[in-house]
Amino acid sequence: MDLERVIYLKSEILRIREEALKELRELDSPEALQELKVRVLGKKGSLTALLRQMGSLSAEERPIMGQVVNEVRTRLEQAWEERSEELDAMALQKRLATEGIDITLPGTRVARGHYHPLTQVIEEIEDIFLGMGFQIAEGPEIESDYYNFEALNLPKEHPAREMQDSFYITDEILLRTQTSPVQIRTMEKLHPHLPVKIVAPGKVYRNDDDATHSPMFHQVEGLVVDRGIRMSDLKGILLNFSREMFGESREIRLRPSFFPFTEPSAEVDVSCMLCGGSGCRLCKGTGWIEILGSGMVHPKVLEMGGYNPQEVTGFAFGMGVERIAMLKFGIEDMRLLFDNDLRFLQQF
Amino acid sequence: MKVSLEWLRELVDLDQSAEELAETLTRGGIEVENVENLNKGFEKVVIGEIVSLTKHPDADRLLVCAVNVGLEEVTIVTGAQNLLTGDRIPVALVGANLPNDLSIRKSKLRGVVSQGMLCSREELLLDGTIGLDRSAEGILILPTTAPIGENFGHYLGLEDSILDLELYPNRPDCLAMVNVAREVASLTRKKPHLPKWAEQNQVLSLPVVTDFRIIIEDQELCWRYAGLVVEDVHIASSPEWMQRRLKAAGVRPINNIVDITNYVMLEMGQPLHAFDRDKIEGDVHVRPAQPGEKIVTLDGVERTLQTHTLLIADDSQPLGVAGVMGGLYSEVTKDTKRLMIESAHFSSVSIRRTSRRLGLRSEASNRFEKGIDVSGIVAVLGRVCDLLTDLGAGRPVALVDEVRHLPSRRQITLSTEHTSTVLGIELQISEIRQVLEDLNFEYKEKSGLFQVEIPTYRSDLEIEEDLMEEVARLIGYDRIPTTLPQGDQTQGRRTPEQEFRRRLRKVLAQSGMDEVLTYTFTRAESDAQWGSAKHQIPLLNPLREELGVMRTSLIPGLLDVAARNVARRNMDVSIFEIGNTYWGEEQPLKKLPREELRVAAVAVGKSERHWRNQPISYDFYYLKGIMEGLALEFGLKLEFRVAENQSLLHPGRSADLYLQNQCVGFLGEIHPSLEKEWGLERAVIFELELSTLFKRIRHTVRAHSIPRFPAILRDLAVVVTVETSAEAVMAKIRKLGGDLLQQVEIFDVYTGKPIPEDHKSLAFSLRYQSIERTLTDEEVNLLNSRILEGIQQDFGAERRK
Ligand SMILES: [Zn+2]
Repeated sequence: MDLERVIYLKSEILRIREEALKELRELDSPEALQELKVRVLGKKGSLTALLRQMGSLSAEERPIMGQVVNEVRTRLEQAWEERSEELDAMALQKRLATEGIDITLPGTRVARGHYHPLTQVIEEIEDIFLGMGFQIAEGPEIESDYYNFEALNLPKEHPAREMQDSFYITDEILLRTQTSPVQIRTMEKLHPHLPVKIVAPGKVYRNDDDATHSPMFHQVEGLVVDRGIRMSDLKGILLNFSREMFGESREIRLRPSFFPFTEPSAEVDVSCMLCGGSGCRLCKGTGWIEILGSGMVHPKVLEMGGYNPQEVTGFAFGMGVERIAMLKFGIEDMRLLFDNDLRFLQQF
Repeated sequence: MKVSLEWLRELVDLDQSAEELAETLTRGGIEVENVENLNKGFEKVVIGEIVSLTKHPDADRLLVCAVNVGLEEVTIVTGAQNLLTGDRIPVALVGANLPNDLSIRKSKLRGVVSQGMLCSREELLLDGTIGLDRSAEGILILPTTAPIGENFGHYLGLEDSILDLELYPNRPDCLAMVNVAREVASLTRKKPHLPKWAEQNQVLSLPVVTDFRIIIEDQELCWRYAGLVVEDVHIASSPEWMQRRLKAAGVRPINNIVDITNYVMLEMGQPLHAFDRDKIEGDVHVRPAQPGEKIVTLDGVERTLQTHTLLIADDSQPLGVAGVMGGLYSEVTKDTKRLMIESAHFSSVSIRRTSRRLGLRSEASNRFEKGIDVSGIVAVLGRVCDLLTDLGAGRPVALVDEVRHLPSRRQITLSTEHTSTVLGIELQISEIRQVLEDLNFEYKEKSGLFQVEIPTYRSDLEIEEDLMEEVARLIGYDRIPTTLPQGDQTQGRRTPEQEFRRRLRKVLAQSGMDEVLTYTFTRAESDAQWGSAKHQIPLLNPLREELGVMRTSLIPGLLDVAARNVARRNMDVSIFEIGNTYWGEEQPLKKLPREELRVAAVAVGKSERHWRNQPISYDFYYLKGIMEGLALEFGLKLEFRVAENQSLLHPGRSADLYLQNQCVGFLGEIHPSLEKEWGLERAVIFELELSTLFKRIRHTVRAHSIPRFPAILRDLAVVVTVETSAEAVMAKIRKLGGDLLQQVEIFDVYTGKPIPEDHKSLAFSLRYQSIERTLTDEEVNLLNSRILEGIQQDFGAERRK
């Protein structure tokens, strides 16, 4: 009797196992898989039901049958696990196969405007000098004859005034022809404080209009006043500037020049950024490109600014922003800078 | 100043090429703008002799010439008919590039090889004055003395280079060849060989003029006037060497007398003028013109003179405009027998004004304007005497020299130590001594302190620093080392206002707008339209009429840029500018005007088409969004109110912008009636004044803690009449929602079916949240329905289902 029962139970267990494994192989959804698991291994599942019938077995047979049931359970659970993984992998394959996109299509566009190239260059120049401890100073674009000329050692009828064709508003008021008046205004404001160390960017105006001149253009002025300022300091500061602006391997050279408000005066050339100094079209074969005018502040100008030229010295420099932008970006016609064609502006 | 190298070589030893000298001068502070080689085009043109002439075997009109060109004989085929065996002619060899741009190549003419070309006068671009006599048609026949094989340019004396000096206003001395020679001598450490005109010159032993006086009426305008009287004048052309030098300097040869005056001016820098002595009645007056006074100048033009014009006149009439142009009446002609040659000083200011007013600028007026060496006035006449005698042009007989003012000779103290400190170079006393020797300056030295005697021709040297520059440029600017200032360290920092402008630019660019820069002067009418006619500042001398006034608004400039771009098919424009406007308080200006910084923008068209994004129309809401972004960035409470000015902007699509009840600008679509004028359709613009904005910006951020309790979201859609302002509905919602309503946003606006005509649907999303506790659905529902009731009451709104 017991033996029959044992045999019966055992065959039932094996039947359940075989049927479950067969079914398992055919199932193709995680839901169906779960349902089958509940149906066989759940609290009310067929295998669990069989297990309950084992109460009628003898004490010796019970552990043997228990072991069989457990082996089957483990086997089935393992099969479920495998099948489940198989199904996951299939599902993933299927998803990957259908979700491909054309990665060559352009990305979502984020609106991006452009700085005017001159603004970019001015900010870059400012940043370089801020890094060297300069402040940024400003002054009016409509200036008095006094600040634009007289205080800069250019008295009325000085022949050097002819170098600059001015736009006049009255006999005494004009559009500034240079940022240099900011030198005087800054010294007046700061004296007797030392050191004075400023750059002054801004618009300037001259009555001129062709491919290399614009009636309105931009300059950056620089001024340093302190005890014991030397011309070699001017050279050092401008070398630093040139290297930051045009590249680490740039060299500079000074050439004698004339400005009424500096003495000695110097034109500053930087080694050509295109050919490195060997000579090309940009530098007209000389290897050097003129970038700015400079010099030691004229004693009369220091006096006009309220400083005693016996006690302090200084240097000043001025550069054309358009020229630097043209060199930096390879722009050939200055008029492009004020034409404001979007196809031009959107390159920067 | 055009400097002939051939002439310069006579005045100073030179072992440099023209190009090397140009570099030396430029590096020494005398900028050479250009070097012109006069022999250009004659490089492969030589003098040849016709050895034989034979008829071309296959062409009746052609001749085959054997030409001896020195080291070899060449065969040349020519069609010329004026040749004989033994003629000497210019031959362009293979490889020549003639002045008329003709390149000579080896060629075959009807089977005979031709190895060059025999040249005519025209092909060589020679004018009549070159001193070649037989000016027949055809090939140029040279004298039989012309050396065979010699370069043709060299033969003509054209082997010269011209250095074009670009002089700074502080170096008028270099408008004289002798001073250029001195400069070259200093820079190359050579000795100059200047003409010996000053010491023991015949001019010093001439008797003083007795038959007329020089009367200087205004000694401010004329410091010194000397006259040289010349008799036995023989008018002829000047010698070829003098003509060549004059032409090299750009001066046209006229006759021996005029040429001598011009030559000496170029050589010594002092302008001279020759009067026909026999046309002078009584005394010579240097005086200002009288009202209405007239003179016919050398160019035959009758000129009415203004009262400050300085004249040279005799007792009865004006003889010339001082320093600018002589009179026709007293001009030197072929019949002139006696001369008075003027060498004088005239005030540079006076000459500049006169030459400007008369529109006459000349080599002479240019030199007077820049200032001449008053001390050298008589020495220059000594040089004239020598040339007159040498050329047999006349006999100097008497001199008059009226001196009213002589600038004193300057002495400058130069300290070796001070110079070292200022330049940043450790200088030896001996180095400075060497510089002064090279400059040929006289000096005394005591323990490094130099007392330097400044020559009168170097009027630019006034203070010690001027001499420091001389030292620096002679030892070479390359000697200056690179150092950094030794003083206190400073921190570079933008001011808050500078930082604000920089951030503003960044916000606008990041919003997708392109920055432009426009001229600050503009058309008066357009500016008056958008700005203020009353405050406009006109320029006295604008470049063009349409750039006549300083702008009081940025808008017209931006509209111009937008229109120009649209006309060039750049259809979608969104641009901004940050810049000054200029406000005059009175006309004409008595003090400097107010400069008001503004930002303005113009947008027209739409954002780019893109497969991912719907294009955004550049309309009112586009710019409003940018303004809101800006307000957010700077913590500003910007209010949009119905615009007051309704003539420039679309009345239904514009707003004035307020900050704490102060109007700071406007925003809107330009009025449809203006669209045609500007060639823009539906352009939207804004303009903001920045100083008020800057005063109100939030400088610090106070952080709120993140709420710990969950938020509850509700949507609410209502239908209201189209006139109802969304902002008003939002305000009501905020008021009714109280503290628990954290945020309200509009997420949809809809008109059209099924919404009734003249109505719109507004959909809001509301976020409720408490910082103290978790809200319940019930209380939120209650609050939400109270809000709905409120807006139903106030706006007649219906809840949209
Ligand atoms: Zn180069």
